[in-house]
Amino acid sequence: MPPEAIGDAALSIRDVGMVYGAGPGAVEALSGITLDVAPGEFIAVVGPSGCGKSTLLRLVTGLRRPTGGEILLQGRRVDGPRSDVGIVFQSPVLFPWRSVLDNVLLPIEVLKLPKARYRDRAMELLDLVGLGRFAMNYPAELSGGMQQRAAIARALVQDAPVLIMDEPFGALDAMTREQMNLELQRIWQAQRKTVVFITHSIAEAVFLADRIVVMSPRPGRILDVITNTMPRLRSLDDMLAPAFAEQVRHVRALLGGRGAEL
Amino acid sequence: MNALLRWMRRQFVPLIVFVLFIGGWEAIIRALQVESFLVPAPSAVIVAFVRGFAQANYLGHAAITCFQAVSGFLLGSALGIAIAVMVVVFPALERIVYPYIVALQTVPKVAVAPLIVVWFGFGMESKVIIVALVSLFPVLVNVMAGLKSVDQDRLDLLASLSASRWQILRFLRFPNALPFLFAGLNTAIVFAVIGAIVGEFVGANRGIGFLILQANFSLDIAAAFALFMVLSIMGVTLHSILQAIQRRVLFWNRTVEAGQPAPRDTP
Repeated sequence: MPPEAIGDAALSIRDVGMVYGAGPGAVEALSGITLDVAPGEFIAVVGPSGCGKSTLLRLVTGLRRPTGGEILLQGRRVDGPRSDVGIVFQSPVLFPWRSVLDNVLLPIEVLKLPKARYRDRAMELLDLVGLGRFAMNYPAELSGGMQQRAAIARALVQDAPVLIMDEPFGALDAMTREQMNLELQRIWQAQRKTVVFITHSIAEAVFLADRIVVMSPRPGRILDVITNTMPRLRSLDDMLAPAFAEQVRHVRALLGGRGAEL
Repeated sequence: MNALLRWMRRQFVPLIVFVLFIGGWEAIIRALQVESFLVPAPSAVIVAFVRGFAQANYLGHAAITCFQAVSGFLLGSALGIAIAVMVVVFPALERIVYPYIVALQTVPKVAVAPLIVVWFGFGMESKVIIVALVSLFPVLVNVMAGLKSVDQDRLDLLASLSASRWQILRFLRFPNALPFLFAGLNTAIVFAVIGAIVGEFVGANRGIGFLILQANFSLDIAAAFALFMVLSIMGVTLHSILQAIQRRVLFWNRTVEAGQPAPRDTP
């Protein structure tokens, strides 16, 4: 592929494979993953448990090196952690001894950026995720959903163009989860980030994503990439539309009836 | 007023038990006419306590013991923290240093105390060193555990930001170790008072331990009991001060992760 084409994709995954261990005990977690994500695109990755979704996250964020293939972020090869990607984990991973605002500013401190200059941005982001009033509170004083919102604000603070989210709402109750999906859509519209959203909820994937990557069980391969036909902006009522059900059915059929959790 | 009433109701049973215990003790001593050099009556202990402060300068001796305990505690804790940080920052050191620390810990300090008095004299120095030796270990072990037992997700988050080893210490390991540090300090402060008394038993001419020895030799058991009271008051006071500091420093720990790590003292 010519270099210009490489620059076009925000994230480019090329024939990536991952094998843990060596010899007869080796476990192949991922195999032959190839995917290009356009700037500003919202990609959801769905698959059964143990399909290597979380491994994919660790590779894209540079926390681990793939055993095969390569990953390009913003046209540059990933060979270590990078500041141009923000991460939201399954749990909020807040630091209990820091106020909400200081938690959001943690990446700025670690990256040695001028904290004073990012303070206003952090406050704006807290307003965006609906936590403006809680900037000076401590994480323990927030509910689970609020903590995860703070984690999203933290992932956005250094203004990385790419956001990786690993089942960020998996631990939340169903009602909070729907609310968070709506909010995430709004935040994504406002910030125009490239998002890779890992989930095991098909409905969540169909609600949020532009394209849905469906993965097979171990070793994780891409079974299909489905372009979501649901129009934007989506509301929670759209989840009741026949078109929505059709998309969900399509993804579920690819998964062979697995992923029936939702 | 309501709060006071509730407090009194809550303290009622413990208070009754206390009165019964002291009263029963006094009654048994009087009824059986137990010799005062065996077990003194509570009333005799109170008399000895008041007389000790009025005539025998208990306050001055207590101040000396307290000073030795606190300065040894501070010295030992500081050393414990320093070694723990070194061992965690340079893991290669752990295998070299740790066996000596454990060996040191397994030797009873009572056995080493006479030697330390020979080396450092009858003065306060030898007691401070004995106290430092007994306080060091609980702090060291707990701080090591606290620095190491960090949440993998938090480490991943910092790693994804390319945090340096020093930044991981500063942003994650140090604050994470604070509840463990206080668990260690709470053990160490109790050990510290014991250490000071052991040191004074071995060789001293001042301090509460010295007075206890004197009281025992002269079979003034009421005075010995009064001195035990002084030691308890000292211990409880030091412990309460530490608790107050802990509540301030660990403000987040009260509401978050329920409870603090179990204190570790000896291996």
